[in-house]
Amino acid sequence: MKILTCPVNGPRPVQEFVFGGEFREMPDPDTATDAQWTDYVYNRNGAPGPRREWWYHLASGTWFIAERDTGTNDVKRTYLYGDEVERG
Amino acid sequence: MPYRLIKYGLSNKHPDKRMFRTPSGLKESYDAVIIGAGGHGLAAAYYLARDFGITDVAVLEKGYIGAGGTGRNTAIIRSNYLTPEGVKFYDESIRLFKDLSGDFDLNLFYSERGHFTLAHSDSAIRTMRWRAEVNKHMGVDSEYVEPEDVKAACPPIDLTCGGDAPIMGALYHPPGAIARHDAVAWGYGAGADERGVEIHQGTEVTGIDVKNDRVVGVRTSGGYVRTPKVLSAVAGWTPSIADMVGLRTPLTVRPLQACVTEPLKPFLDKIMVSGSLHVYVSQSSRGELVMGGSTDPYELNSMRSTLEFAEGLSGHMLDLFPFLSNVKILRVWAGLCDMTPDFAPIMGRTPVGGFYIDAGWGTWGFKATPVSGKTMAHTVATDREPELIHAFRLSRFEDLELTGEKGAASVGH
Repeated sequence: MKILTCPVNGPRPVQEFVFGGEFREMPDPDTATDAQWTDYVYNRNGAPGPRREWWYHLASGTWFIAERDTGTNDVKRTYLYGDEVERG
Repeated sequence: MPYRLIKYGLSNKHPDKRMFRTPSGLKESYDAVIIGAGGHGLAAAYYLARDFGITDVAVLEKGYIGAGGTGRNTAIIRSNYLTPEGVKFYDESIRLFKDLSGDFDLNLFYSERGHFTLAHSDSAIRTMRWRAEVNKHMGVDSEYVEPEDVKAACPPIDLTCGGDAPIMGALYHPPGAIARHDAVAWGYGAGADERGVEIHQGTEVTGIDVKNDRVVGVRTSGGYVRTPKVLSAVAGWTPSIADMVGLRTPLTVRPLQACVTEPLKPFLDKIMVSGSLHVYVSQSSRGELVMGGSTDPYELNSMRSTLEFAEGLSGHMLDLFPFLSNVKILRVWAGLCDMTPDFAPIMGRTPVGGFYIDAGWGTWGFKATPVSGKTMAHTVATDREPELIHAFRLSRFEDLELTGEKGAASVGH
């Protein structure tokens, strides 16, 4: 991967981006058990495969979602958080 | 040895015995199965056979012996860690390392060099002093030294580092060493093989069967084997293996790249590490500079190399040693690092009965090869972890008792 497409600024060199980790749903802190909460805080899906991730475009300060395969490094698509359904 | 060499020279056949047998196929069952024929897996097999008499063991390896991190690290051995648990653990590893060449009758080229961790900021100096005090308290030889001491030990170094981040002090650790990493795996493999352990190269694990929360068998590309005990010693491939038994782990996987230059006249007998410049370097006995940097900036399960790495590392190397500007890089390679949130490994039992884990070796696995093999063999044989690895158990994350070693990682990641 040399180029990543920022949903706002278009294709840019990957050096302009910061990886923000896997996209994860936060359990409700008021109802989550200790086990659910520590699972959320620490555990990750480390096995190779497609997943949704947070990425940040440094130059413009844009956080967005990328669908990337961590085995092949292929990016399927990128979009702003919340835009998944409309553009999917 | 010279006599053997003369015999070899005069013989038409290869007179030396092979280091490993090639088993014809998998048996139906084993007392224990070890996944991964890297240094850690083979060391565990060796100590299981030697210390516990458990020899009905199969080591399954999808590639070849030492194909993963074992042959891809920069071969640095040290015990100047930050937590007392870490210092004790890695110091035991150094103690074991020193006897290995004799134990194996195989020259590991264990070479004690002395290890400098350079500090370029006040906060780095604080960490170096902290590590020096913890080390001394634990009986490990480390001390805080001034820039002049660095210059005296390594005259070609540029203390100003090009002006941006001058060297302000360093942690000096005399026992820091390098060794021939492949030979460590070969020695453990040969010793295990000699005692009856089967090493199956080219055999990939495709699934692990669990019944009533206990391991019962392993599915492989070479057929099904029954076994009550499985040790996963696969570092960067751990998340895939853990998924097979439904185990969640805090591991994320990133490539770590390293490279080696053309051979140069010996000028560097110390190991130099700079956290701020993201570089560590030693000169091999062949004269090549072996250099590594920080892990890649994003998660990836691929051992590709990148131009960004070679460019970045070269720039930082030139800050330390400007006279290297015409030196060529011969090879670049990458290994997979299974990083933990607290930069300490994950070792021991798991909630799945008979499934043992030796993982989270991130960027610090090679130096722990002997001690991890020994402690994991103890764990597999007795179903109890030795005290030495209690701080590294998987359940420390549920217990919120992390073992914060990030300050002792060789470079920032």
